[in-house]
Amino acid sequence: MEIFLQQVVSGLATGGIYGSLALSLVMIYQATDVVNFAQGEMAMFSTYLAWSLMNHGLSYWLAFALTVTVAFVGGLAIQRLIMRPVENAPILTIVIVTLGLLVIFNSVAGWIYSYIIQPFPSPFPTTAIRVGSVVFGPHDLGAIGVTLVLLILLYAFFRFTSLGLAMRAAAQNPASSRLVGIRVGWMLALGWGLAALVGAVAGMMVAPVIFLEPNMMSGILIYAFASATLGGFTSPGGAVLGGFLVGVIENLAGTYISFIGTDLKLTVALVLIILVLLVKPSGLFGRAVVRRV
Amino acid sequence: MPPLLEALGLEARYGWTKVLHDLRFSVEEGGITTILGANGAGKTTTLRAVCGMVKTAGEIRFDGRRIDGKATEDLVRLGIAHAPEGRGTFVGLTVEENLRLGAYARKTKASIADDLDRIYQYFPVLLERRRQLGGTLSGGEQQMLAIARALILRPRLLLLDEPSLGLAPLVVREIFRIVRTINKEQGVSVLLVEQNASMALRLADHAYLLETGRVVMSGPSTEVGKDDSVRRAYLGY
Ligand SMILES: Nc1ncnc2c1ncn2[C@@H]1O[C@H](COP(=O)(O)OP(=O)(O)O)[C@@H](O)[C@H]1O
Ligand SMILES: [Mg+2]
Repeated sequence: MEIFLQQVVSGLATGGIYGSLALSLVMIYQATDVVNFAQGEMAMFSTYLAWSLMNHGLSYWLAFALTVTVAFVGGLAIQRLIMRPVENAPILTIVIVTLGLLVIFNSVAGWIYSYIIQPFPSPFPTTAIRVGSVVFGPHDLGAIGVTLVLLILLYAFFRFTSLGLAMRAAAQNPASSRLVGIRVGWMLALGWGLAALVGAVAGMMVAPVIFLEPNMMSGILIYAFASATLGGFTSPGGAVLGGFLVGVIENLAGTYISFIGTDLKLTVALVLIILVLLVKPSGLFGRAVVRRV
Repeated sequence: MPPLLEALGLEARYGWTKVLHDLRFSVEEGGITTILGANGAGKTTTLRAVCGMVKTAGEIRFDGRRIDGKATEDLVRLGIAHAPEGRGTFVGLTVEENLRLGAYARKTKASIADDLDRIYQYFPVLLERRRQLGGTLSGGEQQMLAIARALILRPRLLLLDEPSLGLAPLVVREIFRIVRTINKEQGVSVLLVEQNASMALRLADHAYLLETGRVVMSGPSTEVGKDDSVRRAYLGY
């Protein structure tokens, strides 16, 4: 029972990270119909930024704040400078541009920071937390907390502010949005900025667990895809919930199904993706998309 | 006093195809102008030209100033609101969110709540449905929503694209009655494009007849309504 609970909690912790990255994928997908394959590498790059800021003597939270700010501006700039020129290009072109971004971020990170694995600090206390006979890792609990706070803030932003409403409107109906005065292009850029910000937080939360290196997010991105597919690429809430589910399923499968262990965990994610696509392609909470031709 | 909206030698094209030729029309401050025409005459394109949604040549003046070539988003900020063809509903957002979006570009945000109340008085059915998704409304309700969303901007000029299209006669009459009230009470000038000539001519003070992208007749609505060819082609008597 203890093992089960511990595995669930640490599954929720990594699941929250998958969910955050899934959320950033979904935010961009909803606004622009583009799957941003570079989302994970952007998060990795942001995490390196936080790391070098801390190496220069900044405190964790100051580095954190600076990093999310830079990530936000960076996401905005990528949309304006790189994605906007190909906005009306065929979907394959856009996909290739985001794949190109993936490769660029990955190699530039390797070039600047080398491929040597680095430890990354956790902002949370190191003493384990005991509840009865169950021991929880403080970083796990902290990461769950940070993820939830982030989600609540984003929810409140989209639900209650007029800018958030305008972003939702621009994603759904660009023509009508222009007619009420919304600058649609900037809303898309803002979406990229926010997605990059969320990704940066996910990167900084997962790095203490999986360590820092240029390829750190490649596995996470697969899990994020699994989460978004499971929850539905059209449902932000679903993607996050999908993340938590994938995290827990992955952990429990690794613990209780002996041949999976840690080696085949990633396979669990891929199997999940395939299963969902076969059984319910729109995901648990997504709407089936009807396309106009 | 110059007209509120004035088009001179207006042309518009989609790609290589020119669909509006040398258009000239105007809307007086506080007036209602209608542009009548059959399907494909260029009515929608005319409204799109006014609010910067298609490439144009020629002059468009609003309140005496050139506005041709300006971005749609900027024209909204000058007070030009457009209830577009197809009604432009944000189908995945609630009715109230649709209306709040209408106020997005407003300079004075303070009195939006009051204006919402007033708009719900014009359109009680929207108040009833305010928590429903826009996409669940009937055609007539979506048309009302489109007009309401345009009005909450507190526009000086309201562009209406065939508000009668696909609606039952009773609903059409209701919508036209509300447009008249709004024009009287709020002094909003209206440019209405319609195929439903009889309703439009009764509402408007000035009328233009558009055929394949050209104005073929214009004048006070009462006179245009008396014209034999108009009666035969558009009024059916
Ligand atoms: N997006 C478009 N691309 C190309 N041609 C168009 C487009 N929209 C309209 N047209 C053409 O322009 C002409 C005028 O159309 P429109 O302004 O929609 O007429 P109306 O609103 O009076 O029915 C028609 O010949 C139509 O086929
Ligand atoms: Mg039309």
